[in-house]
Amino acid sequence: MYVLLQSILSIMIQFDRFVLDNGLRVLVHEDPSTPMAVVNVMYDVGARDEDPAQTGFAHLFEHLMFGGSVNIKDYDEPLQRAGGENNAYTTNDLTNYYCQLPAQNIETAFWLESDRMLSLAFSEKSLATQRKVVCEEFKEHYINKPYGDVWHKMRTLAYTVHPYRWMTIGKELSHVENAKIDDVKNFFFKHYRPVNAILVVAGNVKLEQVKRLAAKWFGPIDMGTKYERQLPIEPVQTEARKLEVQANVPLDAFVKTWHMDARLSPGYYAADLLTEILGGGAASRLYQILVKEKQYFSSIDCYHFGSLDAGLVAVDGKLVKGVSMENAVKAVDEEIEKLKATKIEAKELQKVINRTESVIAFEDMSVMSRASSIALYELLGDADMMNTEFQKYQAIGIDDIHAYANSIFDNNNSNTLLYHAQ
Amino acid sequence: MLDRKIIPTIEEAVHFDLQLKNCDRFALDNKVPVYAMNAGAQDVVMVEWIFDAGNWYDKQPMVAATTNFLIKNGTTSKTAYQINDFFEFHGAYLNRSCYNETASITLHCLSKHLETLLPVVREIIETSIFPEEELAIYIQNQKQRLSVNLQKCDFIANRLIDEYLFGINHPYGTYSDAKDYDALNTDLLKAFYKQYYLNGSCKIFVAGKMPTGYESMLNKAFGTLPLHADTPVVVEHPIVTAAQKKVEIINDENGVQGAIRMARPFPNRHHPDFQKAHVLNTLFGGFFGSRLMSNIREDKGYTYGIHSYFQNHVHASAWMISTEAGRDVCAATIAEVLKEMELLRNELVDMEELNLVRNYMIGSLLGDLDGPFQLIGRWKNYVLNGLDENYFYKSIETIKSVTPQELQRLANTYLQPDDFYELVVI
Repeated sequence: MYVLLQSILSIMIQFDRFVLDNGLRVLVHEDPSTPMAVVNVMYDVGARDEDPAQTGFAHLFEHLMFGGSVNIKDYDEPLQRAGGENNAYTTNDLTNYYCQLPAQNIETAFWLESDRMLSLAFSEKSLATQRKVVCEEFKEHYINKPYGDVWHKMRTLAYTVHPYRWMTIGKELSHVENAKIDDVKNFFFKHYRPVNAILVVAGNVKLEQVKRLAAKWFGPIDMGTKYERQLPIEPVQTEARKLEVQANVPLDAFVKTWHMDARLSPGYYAADLLTEILGGGAASRLYQILVKEKQYFSSIDCYHFGSLDAGLVAVDGKLVKGVSMENAVKAVDEEIEKLKATKIEAKELQKVINRTESVIAFEDMSVMSRASSIALYELLGDADMMNTEFQKYQAIGIDDIHAYANSIFDNNNSNTLLYHAQ
Repeated sequence: MLDRKIIPTIEEAVHFDLQLKNCDRFALDNKVPVYAMNAGAQDVVMVEWIFDAGNWYDKQPMVAATTNFLIKNGTTSKTAYQINDFFEFHGAYLNRSCYNETASITLHCLSKHLETLLPVVREIIETSIFPEEELAIYIQNQKQRLSVNLQKCDFIANRLIDEYLFGINHPYGTYSDAKDYDALNTDLLKAFYKQYYLNGSCKIFVAGKMPTGYESMLNKAFGTLPLHADTPVVVEHPIVTAAQKKVEIINDENGVQGAIRMARPFPNRHHPDFQKAHVLNTLFGGFFGSRLMSNIREDKGYTYGIHSYFQNHVHASAWMISTEAGRDVCAATIAEVLKEMELLRNELVDMEELNLVRNYMIGSLLGDLDGPFQLIGRWKNYVLNGLDENYFYKSIETIKSVTPQELQRLANTYLQPDDFYELVVI
């Protein structure tokens, strides 16, 4: 049955690309079926580019980008007046700003985005307020929440030198609290330059129109200096690491990670499929065996973050009350060992490939999501890669999965966090 | 020379002529109505079966929610694992959700797999068995999840504010307790399932790029089941509001933030003030540029976010203000919210601000009409609330025409501090 489901994604995402004299890469994706337009600006800067003594800066910056630019007092108001909405996000790898508005009013977005690329207003008041807002965000998500510090601890355990060792929100509140306006200026002119940015315009737009508007609004901005990323390379881990903590939580929790390959390596695709096999859905291996059959865990997941540099595969679960940590850990290890010892069956591989095909198709439904995908793949080197992505998954075979499981699921490559309820 | 201080000309969204794309309607042989939005470029579809099986029909707490959750955990011929594996193998997602009035089963899949998947959805609706073991695991895990959630100030606050507004015995005010889970048994679930699913009142909503002949696929799979289109027997639940208006609770001595909820009862969508109040709410706390956000986040930095909204119930609603603020600024946050209410009561909104809100609302409505899933979602909302497309056009008209005087009247009617519950959970 499953061999009949051989499938090929039928829809290619079409786009055009041009580069302004100042180095700004512009990609245009026309979709006349929507009345809307999306303007997406991705900056090649994330938490990994921060000074270890000033973490949380890339994300704080995302907030400051809404605090007024050199010629425009307020970013949101004119956009809302034009019927638009916007948001932004910061990851360890990049910062992305996007807005969607009725296509008739697209020039408003060009005006706004280009002015804040030209220069921020660098208002002391905005910095003072956003420091507080980000501190509240830090508290809401990472302090005032049970298990909120798990990834803070895990990153510190798994990385010794690479900047993935801190979270985007920052290592500690004080780094954000102490941010000064000069630090903000330096950060801006180092990273927020046309040569470090990618502009994607999508929706009910025309290439010629975008060329004209891009030249008009972004063309005059100084190129800036290309940021050459030179991050410390995380040495190969040669010994298992383990951390035990006691916390005021009702249930024991367990997180274990293994280093995996970077986003563009073939190993990345194998790792992605492995996380699906172990933790993708209620019929995945860990859920079926550890939650349903053995009932050691009340919940368990397996995932990775899609990191651009070498990332982590994680297994993350909460134990059923009364189950010993030792037995739970052993049961997870047994499932990992099974993957290493026995090759998966063709049907299981087909299942995770089918799931991947479906995820891609659903993601491509919204023009906003297509725009950010184009930007991401361009940042990775070539937006065309988004149309060959599924083929890369299809190229992974049973033997590749088996070999990759054996290469990463080595205990010396692992980090274990045992989070005990007090 | 480019003058960046000059705003490019915009076409005001209030002048757009928004049209709501009609949905197709037909009935299966058993009269079950189908609402369809056959559109979209990607080869994906969504099918949603909506039953009148929400907790409104509970005779004992958590029966509706548990029946809904476990409906796909075993049939006469398949185990929970086999069902999950089947859908996952086809890259499909079979979800279920229980709400106050309704409960649903939702399928998302690639169009090419729809015909293969529908018979198994039928099997679930027709022959679900609710195994003891599945219920036992569910109870154990839900109780554990509850124990984690009970540490979160926002979770506690959401439960309590609903209780104050509607009463613990009302479907909108009730919440789960460990002992409710212990009182469940499979006979209760089977009886609920038989009455409200297998022989229940059902509506089907479909959207996406539907495969050719999908109408007969649906009829073949579901048209012969004992489902029907009749509305269930009317059940009334009296609302019992709490007497005490201001409550402060310390749930965690070491908490660094307080969850603030301020709420008052509000009529449902059929009330003549509802759509106008929606405009006032947007201006007050309904979007990023709202007064609450501008003042309390963007000016004072007390919180990461503050929002006001109407609760999404069929019979009655509530006007809610919700935020998590620094522990030491909770009182100041509440004072600012009250100040913003007072301003709206005492001063007319100026036309520039009102125009901004109008344009924002119409623009965001335009964005919401983009794509088949969004469109069917809007239609579903109308159908389930006994409304039609006139509501859509009326709401656009209201956004465009509501006056500052009218908004001030609404503020004086509804934004009265004495009518609001004020809850802080630390």
